[in-house]
Amino acid sequence: MVDRRHFIKKSAGSLAALGGLALLQRSGLTVATGAEEATLMDALPGKEALIKKTFRPPNYETPINYFDAPFTPNNRFFVRYHHAVIPDVNINEWRLRIGGDAIHTPMELNLEQLRKDFKQVEIAALCLCSGNRRGLFQPHVPGVQWGSGAMGNALWRGVRLKDVLARAGIDKSALEVSLAGADSGVLPTTPNFVKSLPLTKALDENTLIAFEMNGEPLPHWNGFPARLVIPGWTATYWIKHLNALNVISKPFDGFWMKSAYRIPKDRFPSGQFSSQETETAMPITEMVVNSLITNLEDGQTLSNSKSIEIKGVAWDSGNGIARVEISTDGGSNWQQATLKQDYGRFSWRQWQLDFEPKHPGAYRIMARATSHSGESQGLEPIPNPSGYHHNAVQNITIQLV
Amino acid sequence: MRTLILLLSFFAATATAGENQIFLKDRPGKNLVVAQCAMCHSLDYINLHATILDRGGWEKTVGKMINIMGAPINDADKQVIINYLAQNYGK
Repeated sequence: MVDRRHFIKKSAGSLAALGGLALLQRSGLTVATGAEEATLMDALPGKEALIKKTFRPPNYETPINYFDAPFTPNNRFFVRYHHAVIPDVNINEWRLRIGGDAIHTPMELNLEQLRKDFKQVEIAALCLCSGNRRGLFQPHVPGVQWGSGAMGNALWRGVRLKDVLARAGIDKSALEVSLAGADSGVLPTTPNFVKSLPLTKALDENTLIAFEMNGEPLPHWNGFPARLVIPGWTATYWIKHLNALNVISKPFDGFWMKSAYRIPKDRFPSGQFSSQETETAMPITEMVVNSLITNLEDGQTLSNSKSIEIKGVAWDSGNGIARVEISTDGGSNWQQATLKQDYGRFSWRQWQLDFEPKHPGAYRIMARATSHSGESQGLEPIPNPSGYHHNAVQNITIQLV
Repeated sequence: MRTLILLLSFFAATATAGENQIFLKDRPGKNLVVAQCAMCHSLDYINLHATILDRGGWEKTVGKMINIMGAPINDADKQVIINYLAQNYGK
């Protein structure tokens, strides 16, 4: 058993907050759960404080003020695990095993070979949990009740998955590539978190095995020493602590493909994954167009002034953001925000608008992004049983006094 | 503070420090719930779902933990756990 002792860095303040929460629970005055749950800040070893959703397996989201920068700092990057046994990978022992019934020459690579034997590339891409904003669905649906912070934008460096698979030789019978990492459940009976990709996505030139994030080795909690980066697709495929790739001729039939991370068919403008689709359901694949205001919160009071800056980020599955429109009157009138530097079509895009209020009072602020493919955000999220793809237009009220 | 340090050292090998500050409602069935559920995950998952799952939802969730996630829980214990969760953390 791995020693999962956590040396949690806590300030006296957060200890007091924890004590207070415990007291409330013991007195039966439990705090409201779901998205309204009391915010508990906690730092995993090697990380700065994040919003704790669950301790074990660790699920922590990033406070949205850290999304003001083009790239999310590694030590504030969100953490999401399905299983509680997360080994500290020993770099000297780590191997990436490549096999499967549709590979010609099964092989193993160490990290040095992975770094040196293949061309290195770098790509800016948003890593976004499928269930980001699940906590905002009404009615609530089961699962981690994420707010808006289960995402982060980073510059990933690694090698192309297609180059690595080509060395092992892909048979013409290949259909999917299954992906596995070193983390596992506590019990041997728990199904490992194994995913698969359609061959076309695995061979896409943007699909990487990454070993660096924002110029540094991957943090432990974000997949050290190597993870998959599948730009444009939700993070469920971005397997951390990657240690096995299998090129297979039949659809992978594990729980995490057949039963989990699935959406109703034809309800979203999602990418295809035909070998995993049924009459009514399909795996979640591409992200949907979305935006987030990062410098204002619902209910916030500000001093009235000539100009109020509204800023945020917008993203989609890789078509790129065409425009972001802002309303300051609850949706009656819209004006275009200025898009900031473009770091590539898989990166989020920062935007900014100077709002000039005519008088003090309450203002309903909304943000709506449109992609180059013409997809835009609706006023309501699209209902689905697992609470994925929440991309409703934000609607927040600020008070100017 | 002394109690906290004792708690931390007691649980350190099996759980994270922070999760030892999670206290479930002290009602019949609690000890079984703590013993079975905390084997694999922290107990904040329970409070997280308190306003979301009704009895049927808890039955489904506990069933998933046994049938899919492989939790070794017998039928009698399963009923105690479902009753505790539905009565104390049900919608």
